[in-house]
Amino acid sequence: MSQTPSITLGKGDAPLARPPTKKFSWAWLGLMPFLLFAIAFLLLPSASIVINSFKGPEGEFTFQNLVDVVTRKDLVSAYQTSLSISAITAIGGGLFGFLLAYAVILGGLPRSLRTFLVTFSGVASNFAGVPLAFAFIATIGNTGLITRLVESLSGVDIHREGFTIYNVWGLSIVYMYFQFPLMVLIMAPALDGLKREWREACENLGATSWQYWRYVALPILLPSLLGTTILLFGNAFGAYATAYAFTGSFINLVTIVIGGQIQGDVLFNSGLGNALALGMVIIMALCMAGYSWMQRRAARWTR
Amino acid sequence: MKKVNIWAWIIFALGMIYFFLPLVATLDFSLRAEKDVYPSFEAFRVVFGDPEFYSNFGSSLLWSLLTIVVSLLLIVPTTYWVHYRLPEWRPFVEFITLTPFVVPAVVLTFGLIRLYCCDPLPLISSPLLLVIGYVILSFPYMFRAVDTGLRAIDVRTLTEAAQSLGAGWWTILFQVIFPNLRVALLSGVFLTFAIVMGEFTFASLLNWPAFGPYMEYLGATRAYEPAALALISFALSWGSVGIIQYLGRGVTGGEQLAGAR
Repeated sequence: MSQTPSITLGKGDAPLARPPTKKFSWAWLGLMPFLLFAIAFLLLPSASIVINSFKGPEGEFTFQNLVDVVTRKDLVSAYQTSLSISAITAIGGGLFGFLLAYAVILGGLPRSLRTFLVTFSGVASNFAGVPLAFAFIATIGNTGLITRLVESLSGVDIHREGFTIYNVWGLSIVYMYFQFPLMVLIMAPALDGLKREWREACENLGATSWQYWRYVALPILLPSLLGTTILLFGNAFGAYATAYAFTGSFINLVTIVIGGQIQGDVLFNSGLGNALALGMVIIMALCMAGYSWMQRRAARWTR
Repeated sequence: MKKVNIWAWIIFALGMIYFFLPLVATLDFSLRAEKDVYPSFEAFRVVFGDPEFYSNFGSSLLWSLLTIVVSLLLIVPTTYWVHYRLPEWRPFVEFITLTPFVVPAVVLTFGLIRLYCCDPLPLISSPLLLVIGYVILSFPYMFRAVDTGLRAIDVRTLTEAAQSLGAGWWTILFQVIFPNLRVALLSGVFLTFAIVMGEFTFASLLNWPAFGPYMEYLGATRAYEPAALALISFALSWGSVGIIQYLGRGVTGGEQLAGAR
Protein backbone atom coordinates (compact mmCIF):
# COMPACT_ATOMS: atom_id res chain seq x y z
CA MET A 1 0.00 0.00 0.00
CA SER A 2 1.27 3.43 -0.79
CA GLN A 3 1.66 5.56 2.29
CA THR A 4 0.55 8.88 1.01
CA PRO A 5 0.75 12.07 3.00
CA SER A 6 -2.63 13.72 3.27
CA ILE A 7 -4.21 16.49 5.26
CA THR A 8 -6.06 14.25 7.66
CA LEU A 9 -6.37 15.55 11.19
CA GLY A 10 -4.06 14.49 13.98
CA LYS A 11 -5.35 11.96 16.49
CA GLY A 12 -6.22 14.40 19.27
CA ASP A 13 -7.64 17.18 17.12
CA ALA A 14 -11.26 18.17 17.25
CA PRO A 15 -12.91 17.97 13.84
CA LEU A 16 -12.92 21.23 11.95
CA ALA A 17 -16.25 22.94 11.75
CA ARG A 18 -15.68 23.98 8.16
CA PRO A 19 -13.71 22.13 5.53
CA PRO A 20 -10.24 23.63 5.33
CA THR A 21 -9.91 26.31 2.70
CA LYS A 22 -8.08 25.31 -0.48
CA LYS A 23 -4.71 24.18 0.69
CA PHE A 24 -2.15 22.59 -1.52
CA SER A 25 -2.92 18.90 -1.44
CA TRP A 26 -0.41 16.08 -1.72
CA ALA A 27 -3.20 13.65 -2.57
CA TRP A 28 -2.01 13.29 -6.18
CA LEU A 29 1.10 11.54 -4.85
CA GLY A 30 -1.10 8.49 -4.27
CA LEU A 31 -1.35 8.10 -8.03
CA MET A 32 2.41 8.10 -8.52
CA PRO A 33 3.03 4.32 -8.70
CA PHE A 34 0.35 3.97 -11.35
CA LEU A 35 1.44 7.08 -13.24
CA LEU A 36 5.10 6.09 -13.21
CA PHE A 37 4.21 2.66 -14.55
CA ALA A 38 2.08 4.22 -17.28
CA ILE A 39 4.81 6.69 -18.20
CA ALA A 40 7.54 4.04 -18.33
CA PHE A 41 5.63 1.35 -20.20
CA LEU A 42 2.96 3.19 -22.17
CA LEU A 43 3.98 6.77 -22.73
CA LEU A 44 7.69 6.27 -23.38
CA PRO A 45 7.27 3.34 -25.82
CA SER A 46 4.59 5.30 -27.68
CA ALA A 47 6.78 8.41 -27.71
CA SER A 48 9.73 6.39 -28.98
CA ILE A 49 7.59 5.10 -31.85
CA VAL A 50 6.61 8.66 -32.77
CA ILE A 51 10.17 10.00 -32.52
CA ASN A 52 11.78 7.10 -34.37
CA SER A 53 9.24 7.44 -37.18
CA PHE A 54 11.00 10.68 -38.06
CA LYS A 55 14.50 9.24 -37.85
CA GLY A 56 16.50 8.14 -40.86
CA PRO A 57 19.07 5.34 -40.89
CA GLU A 58 21.77 7.70 -39.60
CA GLY A 59 19.52 9.08 -36.89
CA GLU A 60 18.82 12.29 -38.81
CA PHE A 61 15.39 13.94 -38.97
CA THR A 62 13.38 12.85 -42.00
CA PHE A 63 9.86 12.50 -43.35
CA GLN A 64 11.00 9.69 -45.63
CA ASN A 65 9.58 6.87 -43.44
CA LEU A 66 6.12 8.37 -43.42
CA VAL A 67 6.32 9.06 -47.15
CA ASP A 68 7.34 5.43 -47.70
CA VAL A 69 4.39 4.14 -45.68
CA VAL A 70 1.91 5.94 -47.93
CA THR A 71 3.73 5.26 -51.20
CA ARG A 72 5.46 1.86 -51.00
CA LYS A 73 3.20 -0.66 -52.70
CA ASP A 74 3.57 -3.53 -50.19
CA LEU A 75 2.92 -1.24 -47.22
CA VAL A 76 -0.05 0.50 -48.84
CA SER A 77 -1.51 -2.87 -49.70
CA ALA A 78 -0.98 -4.04 -46.10
CA TYR A 79 -3.00 -1.05 -44.91
CA GLN A 80 -5.63 -1.68 -47.57
CA THR A 81 -6.00 -5.32 -46.52
CA SER A 82 -6.17 -4.44 -42.82
CA LEU A 83 -8.65 -1.65 -43.42
CA SER A 84 -10.90 -3.68 -45.68
CA ILE A 85 -10.99 -6.63 -43.28
CA SER A 86 -11.82 -4.23 -40.46
CA ALA A 87 -14.57 -2.57 -42.51
CA ILE A 88 -16.08 -5.88 -43.66
CA THR A 89 -16.16 -7.41 -40.19
CA ALA A 90 -17.26 -4.19 -38.48
CA ILE A 91 -20.23 -3.69 -40.80
CA GLY A 92 -21.05 -7.38 -41.14
CA GLY A 93 -20.55 -8.15 -37.46
CA GLY A 94 -22.34 -4.97 -36.48
CA LEU A 95 -25.37 -5.72 -38.62
CA PHE A 96 -25.67 -9.35 -37.58
CA GLY A 97 -24.97 -8.56 -33.92
CA PHE A 98 -27.63 -5.87 -33.94
CA LEU A 99 -30.20 -8.20 -35.53
CA LEU A 100 -29.34 -10.87 -32.98
CA ALA A 101 -29.64 -8.45 -30.05
CA TYR A 102 -32.91 -7.18 -31.52
CA ALA A 103 -34.21 -10.72 -31.91
CA VAL A 104 -33.65 -11.69 -28.28
CA ILE A 105 -34.61 -8.36 -26.69
CA LEU A 106 -37.56 -7.17 -28.78
CA GLY A 107 -38.36 -10.22 -30.89
CA GLY A 108 -40.43 -11.91 -28.20
CA LEU A 109 -38.07 -14.83 -27.65
CA PRO A 110 -38.09 -16.52 -24.24
CA ARG A 111 -36.09 -14.63 -21.64
CA SER A 112 -33.84 -17.58 -20.93
CA LEU A 113 -32.48 -17.42 -24.50
CA ARG A 114 -31.49 -13.85 -23.91
CA THR A 115 -29.51 -14.64 -20.76
CA PHE A 116 -27.88 -17.48 -22.63
CA LEU A 117 -26.97 -15.31 -25.62
CA VAL A 118 -25.46 -12.56 -23.47
CA THR A 119 -23.42 -15.06 -21.43
CA PHE A 120 -22.22 -16.81 -24.54
CA SER A 121 -21.36 -13.50 -26.19
CA GLY A 122 -19.19 -12.69 -23.18
CA VAL A 123 -17.19 -15.86 -23.80
CA ALA A 124 -17.13 -15.64 -27.60
CA SER A 125 -16.01 -12.01 -27.69
CA ASN A 126 -12.99 -13.12 -25.64
CA PHE A 127 -12.42 -16.28 -27.64
CA ALA A 128 -9.94 -14.86 -30.11
CA GLY A 129 -6.41 -15.69 -31.09
CA VAL A 130 -4.80 -19.03 -31.79
CA PRO A 131 -7.58 -21.40 -30.62
CA LEU A 132 -10.15 -19.49 -32.67
CA ALA A 133 -8.04 -19.92 -35.78
CA PHE A 134 -7.78 -23.67 -35.10
CA ALA A 135 -11.52 -23.95 -34.61
CA PHE A 136 -12.13 -22.44 -38.03
CA ILE A 137 -9.45 -24.54 -39.70
CA ALA A 138 -11.33 -27.56 -38.33
CA THR A 139 -14.55 -26.09 -39.74
CA ILE A 140 -13.74 -24.71 -43.18
CA GLY A 141 -10.12 -25.76 -43.65
CA ASN A 142 -8.95 -28.29 -46.23
CA THR A 143 -10.35 -31.23 -44.26
CA GLY A 144 -12.78 -29.25 -42.14
CA LEU A 145 -16.28 -30.36 -41.24
CA ILE A 146 -18.05 -28.06 -43.71
CA THR A 147 -15.59 -28.89 -46.48
CA ARG A 148 -16.18 -32.62 -46.03
CA LEU A 149 -19.92 -32.13 -45.69
CA VAL A 150 -20.14 -30.16 -48.92
CA GLU A 151 -17.97 -32.70 -50.69
CA SER A 152 -20.01 -35.70 -49.59
CA LEU A 153 -23.27 -33.96 -50.45
CA SER A 154 -22.37 -32.47 -53.80
CA GLY A 155 -19.06 -34.08 -54.72
CA VAL A 156 -17.41 -30.70 -54.98
CA ASP A 157 -14.20 -30.03 -53.10
CA ILE A 158 -14.60 -26.33 -52.35
CA HIS A 159 -10.87 -25.94 -51.96
CA ARG A 160 -10.16 -27.36 -55.39
CA GLU A 161 -12.42 -24.89 -57.19
CA GLY A 162 -9.85 -22.16 -56.79
CA PHE A 163 -11.49 -21.17 -53.55
CA THR A 164 -9.32 -20.53 -50.56
CA ILE A 165 -10.24 -19.51 -47.07
CA TYR A 166 -6.80 -18.10 -46.39
CA ASN A 167 -7.65 -14.68 -47.77
CA VAL A 168 -9.53 -11.56 -46.72
CA TRP A 169 -12.95 -13.23 -46.88
CA GLY A 170 -11.91 -16.35 -45.02
CA LEU A 171 -10.25 -14.31 -42.31
CA SER A 172 -13.35 -12.11 -42.12
CA ILE A 173 -15.49 -15.16 -41.38
CA VAL A 174 -13.11 -16.01 -38.53
CA TYR A 175 -13.05 -12.45 -37.14
CA MET A 176 -16.85 -12.32 -37.17
CA TYR A 177 -16.80 -14.90 -34.39
CA PHE A 178 -15.53 -12.34 -31.88
CA GLN A 179 -16.99 -9.29 -33.62
CA PHE A 180 -20.73 -9.85 -33.52
CA PRO A 181 -20.84 -11.03 -29.88
CA LEU A 182 -19.25 -7.70 -28.94
CA MET A 183 -22.05 -5.90 -30.79
CA VAL A 184 -24.61 -8.03 -28.92
CA LEU A 185 -22.98 -7.17 -25.57
CA ILE A 186 -23.17 -3.43 -26.22
CA MET A 187 -26.45 -3.22 -28.13
CA ALA A 188 -28.47 -5.38 -25.73
CA PRO A 189 -28.53 -2.74 -22.97
CA ALA A 190 -29.12 0.01 -25.55
CA LEU A 191 -32.16 -1.82 -26.95
CA ASP A 192 -33.33 -2.40 -23.39
CA GLY A 193 -33.16 1.36 -22.93
CA LEU A 194 -35.85 1.95 -25.55
CA LYS A 195 -38.74 2.85 -23.31
CA ARG A 196 -42.09 1.25 -23.87
CA GLU A 197 -43.67 4.68 -23.30
CA TRP A 198 -41.98 6.08 -26.40
CA ARG A 199 -43.52 3.42 -28.57
CA GLU A 200 -46.91 3.83 -26.91
CA ALA A 201 -46.75 7.59 -27.34
CA CYS A 202 -46.02 7.10 -31.03
CA GLU A 203 -48.89 4.68 -31.42
CA ASN A 204 -51.25 7.07 -29.66
CA LEU A 205 -50.21 9.77 -32.06
CA GLY A 206 -51.00 7.46 -34.95
CA ALA A 207 -47.47 6.64 -36.04
CA THR A 208 -46.82 3.47 -37.97
CA SER A 209 -44.20 1.01 -36.89
CA TRP A 210 -41.96 2.28 -39.70
CA GLN A 211 -42.37 5.89 -38.52
CA TYR A 212 -41.58 4.88 -34.95
CA TRP A 213 -38.34 3.27 -36.09
CA ARG A 214 -37.42 5.99 -38.56
CA TYR A 215 -38.10 9.01 -36.35
CA VAL A 216 -37.76 7.77 -32.76
CA ALA A 217 -35.96 4.48 -32.19
CA LEU A 218 -33.28 4.73 -34.86
CA PRO A 219 -32.13 8.27 -34.02
CA ILE A 220 -31.85 7.22 -30.38
CA LEU A 221 -29.92 4.06 -31.22
CA LEU A 222 -27.79 5.56 -33.97
CA PRO A 223 -24.94 6.83 -31.76
CA SER A 224 -24.64 3.42 -30.05
CA LEU A 225 -24.82 1.65 -33.40
CA LEU A 226 -22.21 3.81 -35.10
CA GLY A 227 -20.01 3.95 -32.01
CA THR A 228 -19.97 0.18 -31.59
CA THR A 229 -19.32 -0.34 -35.29
CA ILE A 230 -16.28 1.93 -34.97
CA LEU A 231 -15.18 -0.09 -31.94
CA LEU A 232 -15.48 -3.30 -33.93
CA PHE A 233 -13.44 -1.69 -36.68
CA GLY A 234 -10.60 -0.95 -34.28
CA ASN A 235 -10.96 -4.38 -32.71
CA ALA A 236 -10.32 -6.09 -36.03
CA PHE A 237 -7.67 -3.60 -37.10
CA GLY A 238 -5.40 -4.36 -34.13
CA ALA A 239 -5.82 -8.16 -34.22
CA TYR A 240 -2.64 -10.16 -34.77
CA ALA A 241 -2.70 -13.60 -33.16
CA THR A 242 -5.84 -14.82 -34.93
CA ALA A 243 -4.57 -13.83 -38.37
CA TYR A 244 -1.08 -15.18 -37.70
CA ALA A 245 -2.32 -18.58 -36.52
CA PHE A 246 -4.90 -18.79 -39.32
CA THR A 247 -2.80 -17.87 -42.32
CA GLY A 248 0.78 -17.74 -41.10
CA SER A 249 2.26 -14.71 -42.80
CA PHE A 250 0.43 -15.36 -46.07
CA ILE A 251 -1.94 -12.52 -45.62
CA ASN A 252 -0.36 -9.11 -45.72
CA LEU A 253 -1.87 -7.31 -42.69
CA VAL A 254 -0.23 -4.31 -41.02
CA THR A 255 -0.02 -6.19 -37.71
CA ILE A 256 1.63 -9.16 -39.45
CA VAL A 257 4.19 -6.88 -41.12
CA ILE A 258 4.99 -5.24 -37.77
CA GLY A 259 5.28 -8.68 -36.16
CA GLY A 260 7.70 -9.71 -38.91
CA GLN A 261 9.65 -6.51 -38.40
CA ILE A 262 10.07 -7.36 -34.70
CA GLN A 263 11.23 -10.92 -35.34
CA GLY A 264 13.71 -9.94 -38.00
CA ASP A 265 14.05 -6.64 -39.78
CA VAL A 266 11.88 -7.68 -42.77
CA LEU A 267 11.62 -4.10 -43.99
CA PHE A 268 15.37 -3.60 -43.70
CA ASN A 269 14.69 -0.22 -42.15
CA SER A 270 13.92 0.20 -38.47
CA GLY A 271 12.47 3.67 -38.94
CA LEU A 272 9.92 2.30 -41.37
CA GLY A 273 8.63 -0.16 -38.76
CA ASN A 274 8.06 2.75 -36.41
CA ALA A 275 6.21 4.74 -39.08
CA LEU A 276 4.03 1.71 -39.80
CA ALA A 277 3.23 1.37 -36.08
CA LEU A 278 2.54 5.09 -35.85
CA GLY A 279 -0.01 4.80 -38.65
CA MET A 280 -1.79 2.07 -36.71
CA VAL A 281 -1.85 4.08 -33.50
CA ILE A 282 -3.29 7.09 -35.35
CA ILE A 283 -6.07 5.02 -36.93
CA MET A 284 -6.83 3.30 -33.60
CA ALA A 285 -6.86 6.63 -31.76
CA LEU A 286 -9.32 8.04 -34.31
CA CYS A 287 -11.51 4.97 -33.77
CA MET A 288 -11.50 5.34 -30.00
CA ALA A 289 -12.18 9.08 -30.22
CA GLY A 290 -15.12 8.40 -32.54
CA TYR A 291 -16.37 5.67 -30.24
CA SER A 292 -16.24 7.75 -27.07
CA TRP A 293 -17.85 10.73 -28.81
CA MET A 294 -20.71 8.51 -29.97
CA GLN A 295 -20.97 6.93 -26.51
CA ARG A 296 -21.42 10.34 -24.95
CA ARG A 297 -24.19 11.13 -27.41
CA ALA A 298 -25.78 7.76 -26.74
CA ALA A 299 -25.67 8.33 -22.97
CA ARG A 300 -28.18 11.17 -23.30
CA TRP A 301 -30.97 8.67 -23.66
CA THR A 302 -29.85 5.81 -21.47
CA ARG A 303 -30.66 6.39 -17.87
CA MET B 1 -45.73 -5.75 -28.80
CA LYS B 2 -44.94 -9.20 -27.40
CA LYS B 3 -45.73 -11.24 -30.45
CA VAL B 4 -43.33 -13.97 -31.38
CA ASN B 5 -41.59 -13.08 -34.55
CA ILE B 6 -40.54 -15.87 -36.90
CA TRP B 7 -37.61 -13.73 -38.04
CA ALA B 8 -36.37 -13.45 -34.49
CA TRP B 9 -36.18 -17.24 -34.32
CA ILE B 10 -34.41 -17.49 -37.65
CA ILE B 11 -31.79 -14.89 -36.68
CA PHE B 12 -31.31 -16.53 -33.31
CA ALA B 13 -30.89 -19.94 -34.95
CA LEU B 14 -28.32 -18.52 -37.38
CA GLY B 15 -26.43 -16.99 -34.47
CA MET B 16 -26.41 -20.28 -32.62
CA ILE B 17 -25.15 -22.12 -35.71
CA TYR B 18 -22.35 -19.58 -36.05
CA PHE B 19 -21.51 -19.98 -32.36
CA PHE B 20 -21.58 -23.75 -32.18
CA LEU B 21 -20.60 -25.02 -35.60
CA PRO B 22 -16.88 -24.23 -35.16
CA LEU B 23 -16.95 -25.81 -31.71
CA VAL B 24 -18.67 -28.95 -32.98
CA ALA B 25 -16.27 -29.09 -35.92
CA THR B 26 -13.29 -28.72 -33.59
CA LEU B 27 -14.56 -31.50 -31.35
CA ASP B 28 -15.19 -33.70 -34.38
CA PHE B 29 -11.75 -32.94 -35.77
CA SER B 30 -10.01 -33.64 -32.47
CA LEU B 31 -11.57 -37.11 -32.39
CA ARG B 32 -10.22 -38.17 -35.79
CA ALA B 33 -6.54 -38.56 -34.94
CA GLU B 34 -6.57 -42.28 -35.76
CA LYS B 35 -7.56 -43.66 -39.12
CA ASP B 36 -10.73 -45.80 -39.04
CA VAL B 37 -11.25 -45.15 -35.35
CA TYR B 38 -13.97 -42.72 -34.39
CA PRO B 39 -14.11 -41.34 -31.83
CA SER B 40 -10.43 -41.58 -31.03
CA PHE B 41 -8.96 -39.79 -28.07
CA GLU B 42 -5.48 -40.13 -29.47
CA ALA B 43 -5.07 -36.35 -29.96
CA PHE B 44 -5.94 -35.68 -26.32
CA ARG B 45 -3.69 -38.51 -25.21
CA VAL B 46 -0.79 -37.02 -27.17
CA VAL B 47 -1.41 -33.55 -25.77
CA PHE B 48 -1.74 -34.70 -22.18
CA GLY B 49 1.30 -36.96 -22.58
CA ASP B 50 3.49 -34.17 -23.90
CA PRO B 51 5.83 -32.75 -21.25
CA GLU B 52 6.00 -29.54 -23.33
CA PHE B 53 2.29 -29.08 -22.73
CA TYR B 54 2.80 -29.02 -18.97
CA SER B 55 5.86 -26.81 -19.02
CA ASN B 56 4.23 -24.23 -21.32
CA PHE B 57 0.94 -24.39 -19.47
CA GLY B 58 2.87 -23.98 -16.22
CA SER B 59 4.73 -20.95 -17.60
CA SER B 60 1.46 -19.33 -18.58
CA LEU B 61 0.05 -20.06 -15.12
CA LEU B 62 3.08 -18.34 -13.60
CA TRP B 63 2.77 -15.33 -15.94
CA SER B 64 -0.92 -14.98 -15.18
CA LEU B 65 -0.30 -15.21 -11.44
CA LEU B 66 2.39 -12.51 -11.58
CA THR B 67 0.22 -10.36 -13.85
CA ILE B 68 -2.72 -10.62 -11.48
CA VAL B 69 -0.60 -9.65 -8.45
CA VAL B 70 1.04 -6.64 -10.16
CA SER B 71 -2.21 -5.52 -11.77
CA LEU B 72 -4.08 -5.70 -8.45
CA LEU B 73 -1.29 -3.82 -6.64
CA LEU B 74 -1.36 -1.05 -9.23
CA ILE B 75 -5.05 -0.75 -10.01
CA VAL B 76 -6.77 -1.34 -6.67
CA PRO B 77 -4.98 1.32 -4.56
CA THR B 78 -5.05 3.77 -7.46
CA THR B 79 -8.74 3.33 -8.15
CA TYR B 80 -9.55 3.45 -4.43
CA TRP B 81 -7.54 6.63 -4.05
CA VAL B 82 -9.24 8.17 -7.08
CA HIS B 83 -12.64 7.41 -5.61
CA TYR B 84 -11.71 8.59 -2.14
CA ARG B 85 -9.65 11.70 -2.76
CA LEU B 86 -9.32 12.54 -6.44
CA PRO B 87 -12.63 12.00 -8.23
CA GLU B 88 -11.68 14.69 -10.75
CA TRP B 89 -8.81 12.47 -11.91
CA ARG B 90 -11.07 9.54 -12.70
CA PRO B 91 -11.52 10.25 -16.45
CA PHE B 92 -7.75 10.65 -16.80
CA VAL B 93 -6.98 7.36 -15.05
CA GLU B 94 -9.71 5.61 -17.03
CA PHE B 95 -8.24 7.02 -20.23
CA ILE B 96 -4.83 5.55 -19.38
CA THR B 97 -6.30 2.15 -18.58
CA LEU B 98 -7.99 2.13 -21.98
CA THR B 99 -4.77 2.57 -23.97
CA PRO B 100 -4.54 -1.14 -24.86
CA PHE B 101 -7.57 -0.49 -27.03
CA VAL B 102 -5.71 2.29 -28.83
CA VAL B 103 -2.23 0.79 -28.99
CA PRO B 104 -2.52 -2.78 -30.33
CA ALA B 105 -0.50 -5.46 -28.55
CA VAL B 106 1.83 -5.90 -31.51
CA VAL B 107 2.57 -2.15 -31.63
CA LEU B 108 3.09 -1.97 -27.86
CA THR B 109 5.49 -4.91 -28.02
CA PHE B 110 7.34 -3.16 -30.82
CA GLY B 111 7.70 0.01 -28.73
CA LEU B 112 8.68 -1.87 -25.56
CA ILE B 113 11.30 -3.97 -27.33
CA ARG B 114 12.90 -0.94 -28.99
CA LEU B 115 12.99 0.96 -25.71
CA TYR B 116 14.08 -1.78 -23.31
CA CYS B 117 16.29 -3.84 -25.60
CA CYS B 118 19.54 -2.30 -24.57
CA ASP B 119 21.30 -0.18 -21.97
CA PRO B 120 20.47 1.44 -19.65
CA LEU B 121 17.47 -0.81 -18.99
CA PRO B 122 17.78 -4.18 -20.77
CA LEU B 123 14.48 -5.51 -19.39
CA ILE B 124 14.09 -7.70 -22.44
CA SER B 125 16.39 -10.33 -21.00
CA SER B 126 13.99 -11.04 -18.15
CA PRO B 127 10.35 -12.13 -18.25
CA LEU B 128 9.58 -8.83 -16.50
CA LEU B 129 8.80 -7.14 -19.81
CA LEU B 130 6.31 -9.90 -20.66
CA VAL B 131 4.52 -9.52 -17.34
CA ILE B 132 4.52 -5.74 -17.78
CA GLY B 133 2.89 -6.16 -21.19
CA TYR B 134 0.25 -8.44 -19.68
CA VAL B 135 -0.39 -5.99 -16.84
CA ILE B 136 -1.08 -3.26 -19.40
CA LEU B 137 -3.33 -5.67 -21.28
CA SER B 138 -5.26 -6.33 -18.06
CA PHE B 139 -5.68 -2.62 -17.23
CA PRO B 140 -9.05 -2.00 -18.93
CA TYR B 141 -10.64 -5.10 -17.44
CA MET B 142 -9.17 -4.69 -13.96
CA PHE B 143 -9.94 -0.98 -13.76
CA ARG B 144 -13.46 -1.48 -15.01
CA ALA B 145 -14.14 -4.25 -12.51
CA VAL B 146 -12.70 -2.37 -9.52
CA ASP B 147 -14.27 0.93 -10.59
CA THR B 148 -17.72 -0.67 -10.90
CA GLY B 149 -17.25 -2.28 -7.48
CA LEU B 150 -16.17 0.97 -5.82
CA ARG B 151 -19.02 2.87 -7.38
CA ALA B 152 -21.49 0.55 -5.73
CA ILE B 153 -20.24 1.46 -2.24
CA ASP B 154 -19.78 4.83 -0.59
CA VAL B 155 -15.99 4.84 -0.35
CA ARG B 156 -15.68 8.16 1.45
CA THR B 157 -18.26 7.42 4.11
CA LEU B 158 -16.90 3.94 4.76
CA THR B 159 -13.33 5.22 4.97
CA GLU B 160 -14.19 8.12 7.25
CA ALA B 161 -16.39 5.96 9.45
CA ALA B 162 -13.51 3.52 9.85
CA GLN B 163 -11.08 6.36 10.51
CA SER B 164 -13.31 7.88 13.16
CA LEU B 165 -13.36 4.51 14.88
CA GLY B 166 -9.58 4.63 14.96
CA ALA B 167 -8.79 2.24 12.12
CA GLY B 168 -5.46 2.50 10.34
CA TRP B 169 -5.02 2.23 6.57
CA TRP B 170 -4.35 -1.49 6.72
CA THR B 171 -7.57 -2.16 8.62
CA ILE B 172 -9.54 0.18 6.40
CA LEU B 173 -8.44 -1.51 3.20
CA PHE B 174 -8.44 -5.13 4.29
CA GLN B 175 -11.36 -5.16 6.73
CA VAL B 176 -13.66 -2.55 5.24
CA ILE B 177 -13.05 -1.89 1.56
CA PHE B 178 -11.85 -5.22 0.15
CA PRO B 179 -14.63 -7.37 1.61
CA ASN B 180 -17.05 -5.05 -0.18
CA LEU B 181 -15.12 -5.47 -3.42
CA ARG B 182 -14.84 -9.25 -3.37
CA VAL B 183 -16.98 -9.85 -6.44
CA ALA B 184 -15.39 -7.01 -8.41
CA LEU B 185 -11.85 -8.12 -7.60
CA LEU B 186 -12.56 -11.74 -8.42
CA SER B 187 -14.10 -10.91 -11.78
CA GLY B 188 -11.09 -8.75 -12.64
CA VAL B 189 -8.81 -11.60 -11.57
CA PHE B 190 -10.56 -14.30 -13.60
CA LEU B 191 -10.81 -12.13 -16.69
CA THR B 192 -7.10 -11.36 -16.46
CA PHE B 193 -6.41 -15.06 -15.99
CA ALA B 194 -8.42 -15.98 -19.09
CA ILE B 195 -6.69 -13.33 -21.18
CA VAL B 196 -3.14 -14.18 -20.13
CA MET B 197 -3.63 -17.94 -20.48
CA GLY B 198 -4.55 -17.65 -24.14
CA GLU B 199 -2.31 -14.72 -25.05
CA PHE B 200 -0.03 -15.20 -28.03
CA THR B 201 1.30 -11.87 -29.31
CA PHE B 202 3.50 -10.78 -26.38
CA ALA B 203 4.82 -14.22 -25.50
CA SER B 204 5.64 -15.08 -29.09
CA LEU B 205 7.31 -11.78 -30.02
CA LEU B 206 9.21 -11.54 -26.72
CA ASN B 207 10.18 -15.21 -27.03
CA TRP B 208 9.06 -16.64 -23.70
CA PRO B 209 7.50 -20.04 -23.22
CA ALA B 210 3.72 -19.83 -22.86
CA PHE B 211 0.57 -21.70 -23.75
CA GLY B 212 -0.28 -19.46 -26.73
CA PRO B 213 2.97 -19.94 -28.68
CA TYR B 214 2.88 -23.65 -27.78
CA MET B 215 -0.55 -23.92 -29.38
CA GLU B 216 0.66 -22.07 -32.45
CA TYR B 217 3.74 -24.30 -32.70
CA LEU B 218 1.63 -27.44 -32.49
CA GLY B 219 -0.75 -25.94 -35.05
CA ALA B 220 2.10 -25.55 -37.50
CA THR B 221 3.47 -29.06 -36.98
CA ARG B 222 0.54 -31.36 -36.10
CA ALA B 223 -2.92 -31.94 -37.53
CA TYR B 224 -5.35 -33.08 -34.84
CA GLU B 225 -3.69 -32.03 -31.61
CA PRO B 226 -4.35 -28.30 -32.24
CA ALA B 227 -8.08 -29.01 -32.28
CA ALA B 228 -7.79 -30.71 -28.92
CA LEU B 229 -5.82 -27.72 -27.58
CA ALA B 230 -8.41 -25.29 -28.94
CA LEU B 231 -11.09 -27.15 -26.99
CA ILE B 232 -9.00 -27.10 -23.81
CA SER B 233 -8.42 -23.38 -24.27
CA PHE B 234 -12.10 -22.77 -24.91
CA ALA B 235 -13.02 -24.71 -21.79
CA LEU B 236 -10.61 -22.49 -19.87
CA SER B 237 -12.22 -19.24 -21.11
CA TRP B 238 -15.68 -20.67 -20.64
CA GLY B 239 -14.77 -21.68 -17.08
CA SER B 240 -13.36 -18.25 -16.23
CA VAL B 241 -16.24 -16.30 -17.73
CA GLY B 242 -18.69 -18.75 -16.18
CA ILE B 243 -17.20 -18.04 -12.75
CA ILE B 244 -17.39 -14.30 -13.39
CA GLN B 245 -21.03 -14.54 -14.46
CA TYR B 246 -21.82 -16.69 -11.44
CA LEU B 247 -20.11 -14.25 -9.06
CA GLY B 248 -21.71 -11.26 -10.72
CA ARG B 249 -25.30 -12.42 -10.47
CA GLY B 250 -27.46 -9.38 -9.88
CA VAL B 251 -24.60 -6.93 -10.40
CA THR B 252 -25.47 -4.67 -13.31
CA GLY B 253 -23.36 -2.53 -15.57
CA GLY B 254 -20.46 -4.92 -15.63
CA GLU B 255 -20.46 -6.03 -19.26
CA GLN B 256 -16.93 -6.39 -20.50
CA LEU B 257 -15.41 -5.31 -23.73
CA ALA B 258 -12.96 -7.41 -25.59
CA GLY B 259 -9.64 -6.18 -26.86
CA ALA B 260 -8.04 -7.14 -30.12
CA ARG B 261 -5.84 -10.18 -30.21
